[in-house]
Amino acid sequence: MSVESTTNSQFRYMGHAMPYLPRDGCMGKLIVIEGTDGCGRSTQLVMLKEWLEVQGYAVIDTGWTRSKLVGKAITDAKEGHSLHRLTYCLMYATDLADRMEYQIIPALRSGFIVLADRYIYTLLARGIARAAGKDWLRDLFGFAVQPDLVFYLQLGVEDLVPRVLEAGKMNYWESGLDMSYGDDLYDSFMAYQTELIQQFNILSEEFGFHCVDARQDPRAIQRQLRREVTAYLDSCNYPAPGSITSEK
Amino acid sequence: MDSLLTPHNFPGKLIVVEGIDGSGKSTQLQLAMRYLQAKGLRPFFTEWNSADLVKAITKKGKKKMSLTPMTFSLLHATDFAHRLVHSILPPLKAGMIVLADRYVYTAFARDVVRGCERDWVRRVYQFAPRPDRAFYFNVPIDVSVSRLLSGRTKLKDYEAGMDLGLATDMVSSFKLFQGRILDEYASITHEYGLTEIGATQSIGGQQQIVRHFIDETLEDYKVDAAQQA
Repeated sequence: MSVESTTNSQFRYMGHAMPYLPRDGCMGKLIVIEGTDGCGRSTQLVMLKEWLEVQGYAVIDTGWTRSKLVGKAITDAKEGHSLHRLTYCLMYATDLADRMEYQIIPALRSGFIVLADRYIYTLLARGIARAAGKDWLRDLFGFAVQPDLVFYLQLGVEDLVPRVLEAGKMNYWESGLDMSYGDDLYDSFMAYQTELIQQFNILSEEFGFHCVDARQDPRAIQRQLRREVTAYLDSCNYPAPGSITSEK
Repeated sequence: MDSLLTPHNFPGKLIVVEGIDGSGKSTQLQLAMRYLQAKGLRPFFTEWNSADLVKAITKKGKKKMSLTPMTFSLLHATDFAHRLVHSILPPLKAGMIVLADRYVYTAFARDVVRGCERDWVRRVYQFAPRPDRAFYFNVPIDVSVSRLLSGRTKLKDYEAGMDLGLATDMVSSFKLFQGRILDEYASITHEYGLTEIGATQSIGGQQQIVRHFIDETLEDYKVDAAQQA
C-alpha cells in the first residue's frame, strides 16, 4: 500500500457552490460532531483528534465563531443581544464562509482530516427554531462542503438540564430568550432546547447522522466514535501514515 | 415565496435608487427627498453600509484585503439585514415613505461580478421586500469615472475591483469592473422591472422624470395624519 492510494476525490457541496470554489482535489476528510449544548462534544473531539494524530493522520479542528474575520464580532454581538434572526444566521454564514476558504478547503486539499465541532446542522436547527425559512437557510449554507461523516451526540432535554446547570448556567442564547420561547429562563430553555432537539432528529433522518447515545460514559462514547471512524476510513481506503510505516 | 417579486403589504412606500458610483443617484435621491418634504411628507432616508454591526469588520477586511467574494457578499448581506430590520421595516410598517440609497440590486450586480453564483445571491436576499419604485441611473463608464476623479479624492480598492486582479492600475481596473457591473444592472433592470433613467441628462431633467414617477407611485399612498410634518 502506498501513500498515493490516498483518495483523491471531488469536492461536494451542500447546495449551490460558488463557481470559483474548487471541484477537484479533495484529498482529506471532513468529520463533524453535532449535538446540543452540554452533550460533551468538545471533550470527545479533543480525544478523537489526539487518537487520530497518534495514528499519523494530520488533523485540524474547527468550530463556530473561530474565523478571523467575524468570530469575535459574533461573540460581541451576542453579548449585546443585538442580533435579529436574519443577522444571526448571516453572521454565522460569514463565519463559516471565511473558515471554509481559509481553513477547511485548503486543509482538505492537503489531505488533512478536518474535525468540526458543530457544522451547518446546528445553524439549520437554530435558524428554524428562530423561524428563519428552512429553504432560505439551506440556500444560504449551500457553499458548505458536504461532510464525509456526521456524528450526532444525542441527549433528551431531560438529560440536558442537569448538565447545563452543573456547568453553571443557562445562558441567554442557549435558552432562546431572543425569541421569547417562555416566561422565564427555565421555561424558555426547555421549550427552545426541545425544539432544537426535534429539529436535529429531523436533520438526522435526512442527512444520515451516526447517532451516539450521549448518556453513556464518555469513554464508551469515544470507543464508539473510534470504531466508526476506523470503519469509515478503511472503507474509503484512507490509510493512516503510521500504519504504512509499520507494514514496511 | 420570493418577496422581491410580489408587492409588500406595509402601509408605507419604499423607493430605492441604484446605479454605479458616479451615476448621480445619491444627488437625485437627495432632491427627491426635498420634493417630498416640501409636500409636507416625512420621508425616511437610509443608505447601504451604515450599520454599526459589521462596519468595523468590513473595514478591517477591506484594509487587509482578506475578503473573498463569498465573505464580501455575506458581510454585506448581514449589513443589509441589520439595516432592513432597524431602518427600513419600522418606518414602512409605520406608514412612512422610505428612501433607500442602494438596495439588494447592488449586491446582485456586484457580488455576481466578483464571482458568486447569480442564483445564490438572489436567494440569500430573499427576505427583502420589493420596493414600490426602484430607479436605475444608467451612466456610461467614462462619464462616471470623470465625475469621480474630478470630485472625490481617489478611488478605493474594492470599489475599483482591485481584488479581482483585472488590471494593475486603479482607473483601468475600475473601468473593467464597473463595466461588468453595468452589464449585470442591465439584466437586473429587465428582470425586476427597475425604472431606468439616462444619467447623462441634466440633473434637473432627470429629477423631473424622477418626480413624475414618484407621484405615480404615491397615487394610492394614504398619509396618516400622524406622519405629516
